[in-house]
Amino acid sequence: MIPTDVTDATYYCQVVDCQWACPAHTDVPAYIRLVGQGRHAEAYMLNRSTNVFPGILGRTCDRPCEPACRRGRVDDEPVAICRLKRVAADLRGNVSALAPRAARHRNAKRVAAVGCGPASLTVANDLLPLGYEVTIFEASTAPGGLMRTSIPAFRLPTAVLDEETSAVIEMGAEVRYGSPVTSMAALLADGYDAVFVGSGAPKGNDLDIPGRHEPGAAAHVHVSLDWLASIAFGHVRSIGRRVLVIGVGNTAMDCCRSARRLGGAEVRVVARRPRAFFKASSWELRDALDEGVEVLTERAPRRFVVEDGRLVGMEFDVLQWDDDATHSTVVGSELLPADDVVLAIGQENAFPWIERDLGIEFARWDLPVVDPVTMASTRPGVFFGGDAAFGPKNIVWAVAHGHEAALSIDRHCQGLAVDERPAVRASLVSQRMSVGEWSYSNDFNPVGRQETPHVELSRRFADLGVEVELDFTPAQVAREIERCLNCDVQTQFSAALCVECDACIDICPVQCLVIVDDAASGANGAVGANGANGAVGANGANGANGANGATTPGSGAGLVFVSTPLPHTGHVMVKEEDLCVHCGLCAERCPTAAWDMAKLHVTHPRAGAQTSERVEALA
Amino acid sequence: MPSIAKPVIASLILERNAIGLTIRDYEGPMSTLCAGCGHDSTTAALVQALWRASVWPHRVVKLSGIGCSSKTPTYFLRGAHGFNSVHGRMVPIATGANAANRDLLYLGISGDGDALSIGLGHLSHGIRRNVHMVHLIENNGVYGLTKGQFSPSADVGSRSHRGEHNTLAPIDPIRLGLSLGATFLARGFSGDKAHLVPILEAAIAHRGFALVDVISPCVQFNNHVGSTKSYAEVRAHQLQVTDVVPPQETAALSASDQVVDVAVPGGGIIRFRSLPSHYDPTDRRSVAAYLEDHAQRGEVPTGLLYLDESVPDVHERAGSTAVPLNELPYSVLCPGADALRALQDARY
Repeated sequence: MIPTDVTDATYYCQVVDCQWACPAHTDVPAYIRLVGQGRHAEAYMLNRSTNVFPGILGRTCDRPCEPACRRGRVDDEPVAICRLKRVAADLRGNVSALAPRAARHRNAKRVAAVGCGPASLTVANDLLPLGYEVTIFEASTAPGGLMRTSIPAFRLPTAVLDEETSAVIEMGAEVRYGSPVTSMAALLADGYDAVFVGSGAPKGNDLDIPGRHEPGAAAHVHVSLDWLASIAFGHVRSIGRRVLVIGVGNTAMDCCRSARRLGGAEVRVVARRPRAFFKASSWELRDALDEGVEVLTERAPRRFVVEDGRLVGMEFDVLQWDDDATHSTVVGSELLPADDVVLAIGQENAFPWIERDLGIEFARWDLPVVDPVTMASTRPGVFFGGDAAFGPKNIVWAVAHGHEAALSIDRHCQGLAVDERPAVRASLVSQRMSVGEWSYSNDFNPVGRQETPHVELSRRFADLGVEVELDFTPAQVAREIERCLNCDVQTQFSAALCVECDACIDICPVQCLVIVDDAASGANGAVGANGANGAVGANGANGANGANGATTPGSGAGLVFVSTPLPHTGHVMVKEEDLCVHCGLCAERCPTAAWDMAKLHVTHPRAGAQTSERVEALA
Repeated sequence: MPSIAKPVIASLILERNAIGLTIRDYEGPMSTLCAGCGHDSTTAALVQALWRASVWPHRVVKLSGIGCSSKTPTYFLRGAHGFNSVHGRMVPIATGANAANRDLLYLGISGDGDALSIGLGHLSHGIRRNVHMVHLIENNGVYGLTKGQFSPSADVGSRSHRGEHNTLAPIDPIRLGLSLGATFLARGFSGDKAHLVPILEAAIAHRGFALVDVISPCVQFNNHVGSTKSYAEVRAHQLQVTDVVPPQETAALSASDQVVDVAVPGGGIIRFRSLPSHYDPTDRRSVAAYLEDHAQRGEVPTGLLYLDESVPDVHERAGSTAVPLNELPYSVLCPGADALRALQDARY
């Protein structure tokens, strides 16, 4: 077997499943420990350093970290990472002294950003401290982009949104509200050193079926994004009693729940495919069901029914699907009465304002050609990010794009090659405090995932702005933080010190260690071969456990550490990372400190970071 | 002492043995011995052997004397009976317990100090009587609990952690056992479980007194350069003489060359899978000569070195009742004054 190259930072990075899965690479275990210590301000700032909007994301994030969480493989339910982020945000107090500040001296470089959403704000957040002058062009009258227009106030209170967006803007970004950019050529002619396009995917899909253009339909058929935005800005305050929402993504959930609050008494979500194939997050669907929304599946819209110049309902084809829901046959039709219909069937990018002769190439679906690493378009100095780059994703992706774009913009403006990226830097620091004492809570706590408390149903509909989800109670926080397995505290092995006493193997509670005779076991993995030894060693039983959860490719689930040959026998130490609970018992029982528990600090390059060549040149 | 108890991960699916138990059911509380102690590794080997042999925990009696080794019964098989006796007196206690209830598995754990110094006389007579028990010696060549003085098993020339060289000849429990008529003599190394676990399984299946000498390095006081019982030295000089397959696993094997099979009570066989040429583990003289040769070269022969299943154990020899005393009705166990009088009248 080939020894694992632990000098390649990505090995240990992959062990921290949540951080690896997070597009912004938030140091989740570290902030959870800070929450556990009551250091909410520091927990908040640690979050903010990577995801910029902890209060917003603590409520609305799509949580790619949670399906990846190792705890989900160990006992079915991942740590409530997102909820704990919100706890840090809500209890942080005044963090102004810790917040980043714009550079005192400007560097005479001007950057324009189109759209004041999460991507552009992240670019501003990263560039202002370096001395850039950042001008943001926003079509509407308030910052936030889709965070304001698409996410209803009962999920994201306006105060939280205002606070975190203004924290960036008040650093010194100039935001021009009510200023939609109508011509890229004109913007470029203004002489900006770089332009960032973070204008989102603002065009909600329409449903061009019979009846759509009849006079009675226009006023009562709403396209989700426009409709949600109108609610956010107070232009729409009511809806009919019977509402149909077409679509089953998270936007559909926001629409049906908004409808319930605007007077919709009979709100139905209608889907083409069966329940198992819904795109909405499970928790958003559950909240919608709790609020009395009815979900109808296997129905495809056929036409809008308009009688006497009034929308009275929609007719659907009733479908029958095969097992994997790839093919359907129409088995009947059904008329569902409705006073209003909301279409939440996806959104698209739209760049009518970018002239096609500027060297900015576009590909299929009117999406710009964007480098997925540098976020650069085909025209030097023009960058894309957020939904504008690759179509609709979620907020944390926009933040990740913003960081990368800011790094590219900085390199572009400094005359450096944009596609040369500074390295990811990582370090390991031992967490041993004394004999049998660690800087982190190393015991495994079997407590189950804590349920998010919700405002009782009767009070939810009083006002559109009543936030439905509540904070964890202090007792819940205390329990939930103990569920984190501290995957960032890595088992670090020094083969040269090992005396092969087996103490680590004997003590491991998940049997993830084994010493194997490399020569005898052959090339194809001692781990599998050892299954024959029954209870001994890294075992086959773990394989059965893997069935618990969908494992993320390239995450800790399939990782195997192989040491260099051990000094006494030339055998190798093998560790399956999959179920390691980071209890540190291997390190405690090691007589020679060949095992240590060491905190991984990862620094992903941000604007201002230098490549190693440049660091050397400056020294 | 570890900071936490070894956690139980309820969702982890563990393999079950013939009586439905997982290996975690054979563990005990956390060890308080030094990190990396050979004794903890020996304990782990015992846990594996008992699990594989599908022994019911409540049918086991763990016995010990005094010393680091004698603390180890605490750290495995939390569901078993236990007796920490006085220094060196583990064998007499085991003999008495065995007399009272012959159906239990007696697992005595002793050290080189407890067994070969203060307890040597009792060990010798336990061997002679062929008491049905497993007697483990966790052998590290030093008195660890009193900070590293030489024990009776220290080799001539071995250097202590303070720098003195041992000049007294060692007591080798295997060669001692051969001279006393032992019926099961084995040596293992705590750093080589793959080799040790089958030996322990065979010991559990043995008809009488199974003596297992486990070289079990003391990481604190005898794991330095110059010691002959450090992990590095034992590894460098270990010589695997035999390779055994315990009774519950031999059924799956096909017969092949160079094997010696020995039947054990209960119908199973212990199979020697590989042996050096001219080595017969059932011939006392062959074994003695081999051990003498290799001791001269400083080698540490390991394996099940000698086995004799033909010798009756202490109960068979004494013709004692097949029913354990605690299961006999009181009327049989204590027939009363009339029966006593009849017995006395018959004899005097």
